[in-house]
Amino acid sequence: MNATQTIQLFVFLLAGFVGFQTISRIPPLLHTPLMAATNAISGISLVASLVLAGSAAGQLATVLGTIAVACAMANIVGGFLITDRMLAMFKRTPLPDTNPAHTTGASHHD
Amino acid sequence: MTETVIQVAYLIAAFLFITALRALGRPDSARRGMQLAAFGMAVAVVATLLQARIVTFEWIAVGAVVGSVAGYPLGRWVPMTAMPQRIALSHALGALAATLVGVGEYSHDIALAAMTRSHVLALSFEVLLGSLTVTGSAMAFGKLQEILPGRPVTFPYQNIVNLVLVATALGCLGWLIAYPMDARVFVSMIGIAALVGVLFVLPIGGADMPVVVSLLNSYAGLAAVATGFAIDNNILIIVGALDGLSGLILSLAMSKAMNRSFTNVLFGAFGAEASVASDVAAGGEMSETTAENAALRLAYAERVIMVPGYGLAVSQAQHQMRELGESIQKRGGEVRYAIHPVAGRMPGHMNVLLAEAGVPYDKLVDMDEINERFADTDVAVVVGANDVVNPAARTDRASPIYGMPILKVVDAKSVLVLKRGRGKGFSGVDNGLFVDPKTSMLFGDARQSLLDLGAEVKSA
Repeated sequence: MNATQTIQLFVFLLAGFVGFQTISRIPPLLHTPLMAATNAISGISLVASLVLAGSAAGQLATVLGTIAVACAMANIVGGFLITDRMLAMFKRTPLPDTNPAHTTGASHHD
Repeated sequence: MTETVIQVAYLIAAFLFITALRALGRPDSARRGMQLAAFGMAVAVVATLLQARIVTFEWIAVGAVVGSVAGYPLGRWVPMTAMPQRIALSHALGALAATLVGVGEYSHDIALAAMTRSHVLALSFEVLLGSLTVTGSAMAFGKLQEILPGRPVTFPYQNIVNLVLVATALGCLGWLIAYPMDARVFVSMIGIAALVGVLFVLPIGGADMPVVVSLLNSYAGLAAVATGFAIDNNILIIVGALDGLSGLILSLAMSKAMNRSFTNVLFGAFGAEASVASDVAAGGEMSETTAENAALRLAYAERVIMVPGYGLAVSQAQHQMRELGESIQKRGGEVRYAIHPVAGRMPGHMNVLLAEAGVPYDKLVDMDEINERFADTDVAVVVGANDVVNPAARTDRASPIYGMPILKVVDAKSVLVLKRGRGKGFSGVDNGLFVDPKTSMLFGDARQSLLDLGAEVKSA
């Protein structure tokens, strides 16, 4: 194992740790948007597909790369759109009375 | 210089992605967070186009246009009821991209005769996990879309066959580390992994789908991690790790909500053995009611809890449920919605459906919290849910679902069950709730029943 691979393992480990801390905090309410969001973000594999499709490394590589670009792109476009669509639907109950006089008026008398 | 620009762009993207996941912790910050993530994605992609290995852009453009045209309807027009299959499909697409990149990189390195052992190890993991996820997700998609039979399909020695295949695939991987240039073994390994993907989802029934869809999410992420190792790309490692962990956390949460171990879900083929023990428990008659009578009770109830299940998604009745809830609220009743973690076919399925219908999210209450409230609830309305409200899970040790955490609907003062017919739930287990003296059954399509109830409550 060389130095680059060791650093990659570090990156993997730390990303996993941060990911665990962050994702554990997401409430069940938003678990479907979470799946859609990770799908969209994992479309980052587009960067690998781009290199393969554009490197002119033979016909096979170009064909596979082009299909891979299409798949990853579909996930990015579709994933971000649907996550946004879903998250826009989650709304609180509108407060019936927003006049602050009613709610804060008497609270200081103990 | 260019290389530094690219790496800094990836760093920014990684930061924005993690920020977006943090923002997903709260519904009011989530949307802005994801918009930032989309921006991060754009930065990463544009920076990648600067890379020296990219010399032509025509095929990139073709792929990007095709992908965008395919992705737009997947994002804009897919109905919320179809979310589980939509998610399964995008696991398949993501994994296909990873697999194809793996094959392409392998052929590229073979041509240059520049294959190292560590490189072939990463590429092998990439295509192994990738192809397994592609066929597994395609199977899950087929079952959820009802192109394939949704019931578990089993055959003799199933688990042994699967284990042998997995062992063979790993054997191929070992062989490749010793002989990296053996392309035939590389291709065979992909074929075997693809077969494993099919066989692995074949015995999974509908109600276990939340676990499997989450698990496939995890595999797709790990395939991306392997891609990152194979092409020395840190952002792929980071994003793959986030994706893989998110899938793992969700599938563990789902198994826990069914009180079943991971291995039991994957190798247990639930429906097959369940019906043996359950015939004893059934006793009593279901008492049927009419929409008119049921509506009268709802109209004068002070506290109502709606309990949606997969049947709500099947009959696409989320809007009718919200309308009924609003009519009850207009008459002075308080309405909440009880969400079981595995109601539906994917994590959070019911939340998204009801949010789509316009139910405010503070009315959607998780199982642990709502279970305390059933006792002082006048009417609990169960729509298309069965196993998640079955009291046998708490009382009957012989029941196959014994131990599964359930919504304590049976504690409510009265229960109204909307059900298509007199049949059993997914697990084939009888449900004591339906024959309980305080339960009334309203048979028929959920959507029509809710519509009738809503109209009757308004005029009551």
